Amino acid sequence: MKALYNEAQLELRTPEGMEFTLPLAGPVSRLLALWVDMAVVMAAGMVVQKLVAVVAAFSADAAGGLGTLLYFVVTMLYSILAEWLWQGQTLGKRLLGIRVMDRDGLPIHVSQIVVRNLLRPVDMLPAFYLVGGLVALGTRHGQRVGDLAANTVVVRTRQLEPPDWRKLLTGKFNSMLEHPHLAARLRQRVAPELAGVALDALVRRDQLDDAARVELFRELAVAFKKLVEFPAEAVEALSDEQYVRNTVEILYRGR
Amino acid sequence: MHRFLESARPVWKELERGLDHLENDPDPQWDLARTEAFYRLYQQTSAHLAEVRHLTAERELRGYLEQLVARSYSRIYVRGTERSRGRWWQWFTAAFPAAVRRHARALALSVGLFLVGCAFGAVALKIDPSAKAALLPFGHGQKTPTERVKREMTDKGKNISQARGRFSAQLMTHNTRVAFFTLGLGMTFGLGTIVLLFYNGVIMGAIAVDYIADGQLVFLLGWILPHGSVEIPAILLAGQAGLVLVHALIGWGNRMPRRLRLRAVLPDLVTMAGGVAVLMVWAGIIESFFSQYHEPVIPYALKIGFGVVEMAALTLFLTRGGANESTL
Repeated sequence: MKALYNEAQLELRTPEGMEFTLPLAGPVSRLLALWVDMAVVMAAGMVVQKLVAVVAAFSADAAGGLGTLLYFVVTMLYSILAEWLWQGQTLGKRLLGIRVMDRDGLPIHVSQIVVRNLLRPVDMLPAFYLVGGLVALGTRHGQRVGDLAANTVVVRTRQLEPPDWRKLLTGKFNSMLEHPHLAARLRQRVAPELAGVALDALVRRDQLDDAARVELFRELAVAFKKLVEFPAEAVEALSDEQYVRNTVEILYRGR
Repeated sequence: MHRFLESARPVWKELERGLDHLENDPDPQWDLARTEAFYRLYQQTSAHLAEVRHLTAERELRGYLEQLVARSYSRIYVRGTERSRGRWWQWFTAAFPAAVRRHARALALSVGLFLVGCAFGAVALKIDPSAKAALLPFGHGQKTPTERVKREMTDKGKNISQARGRFSAQLMTHNTRVAFFTLGLGMTFGLGTIVLLFYNGVIMGAIAVDYIADGQLVFLLGWILPHGSVEIPAILLAGQAGLVLVHALIGWGNRMPRRLRLRAVLPDLVTMAGGVAVLMVWAGIIESFFSQYHEPVIPYALKIGFGVVEMAALTLFLTRGGANESTL
């Protein structure tokens, strides 16, 4: 089944010219984080009620005033303080592994935190965050109104573990390199344009949908196989994509 | 690939250690040599990422390096802090009025919209007195000003004396919410902010005409001025902040990208919102503990005089506050 929401990414370029991407938080994780935060505020409200009950023993009026003020402070300041102290995260965002960041990939400033939270009531219009939800779904980086004003985005913070080095160093054995004379012939026969297309296909493989990727690598593998035939034991277990990957390694790294 | 991985891995490990340190302690007091070493690791890893992109389609490795570069970038290119922490008094007395003055045209527009609303409310009630119930909320349309004055004079503030604290808190929180909402509605390209400023003006104009026509001008001034001389300007300042947001959003005569325009006004918006909240707290206290008491409990002259002094002080504060200090 095709997903209704396509995972979006924030593309950034450092002053050194390096491009990288940050995965943006999806609407479901943001909604779940919001529910957790609402539960936190409700729990804090109950604590306020208990506190007020103690004060009410001395003065009902003071207790009423204190309760109103404290509840207001909790609802207004919870997200602001949490995002300030935890660098863009509330309890809900921490649990869901998401974080508010500057639109330029930098940590957020206090002014951004305050503005995105001050504008929350606008996002909540007319009810259940309808405005904020629709605006977030309609903008490229999933920004609600508060995010647009504050130049912020919500990104996923899941830290990737380092790759399995042993696999990288040993598991990607290129069986075609076992036949250096055929590899040399391949280098001679492959036109630079075809080599470029193959390299490009590998670099951009994640941007292709599944069917297009399978078809593209099948066509490229067929084209390479026509130029040089490797022994069956060297290539029989290779998928079309791995065949192209090995070929590109021969073409670009074997010189 | 073997040689590349063997030579690059120590760099990545070292960068990762530095990042873990920075993320646990955002202000680590590193010396210059340590900072430069960290920056070199970042540059090297960036170069490795570029190399990996061209040499291999290895997804896992690329993701790992992108993440390292992203984390390092966010630590290296941190923008300077906007102002020192802990200078709340200076922020309120200097930065707030300075921010208000920096956007004087937005304030003038805010005042103008409010006054247009006042005029509309006044004229509407003058032309069609039967519209009173529709124009005036909070039960003001249900009775005449004279009836209210009589009731207040006999009641002598007893109706509120048991609930002043609660009433004051409700006023503070409600008015602050309305003010922030007025600001936030700037994101509707000003439509919401304009409507709220106009609507507040309509209420004010209609109340004024209603009381004046009923011969209760002195009562009106004694009732409104003590808290209104702060609360109404606070709403106007919230409207001003909303219009500043509109200006940044639309960007008349400003060729900067929208997000840079918005970024430029954020500190002022926060300062104005904070200042408005302080004014609303003051207005809430005054409205509950002072404005609701009328003659014979508190003479009108004292209430009016207090309101006038407040208005003068606020004007002086906003026009002169922080004038001799550099931007905080």
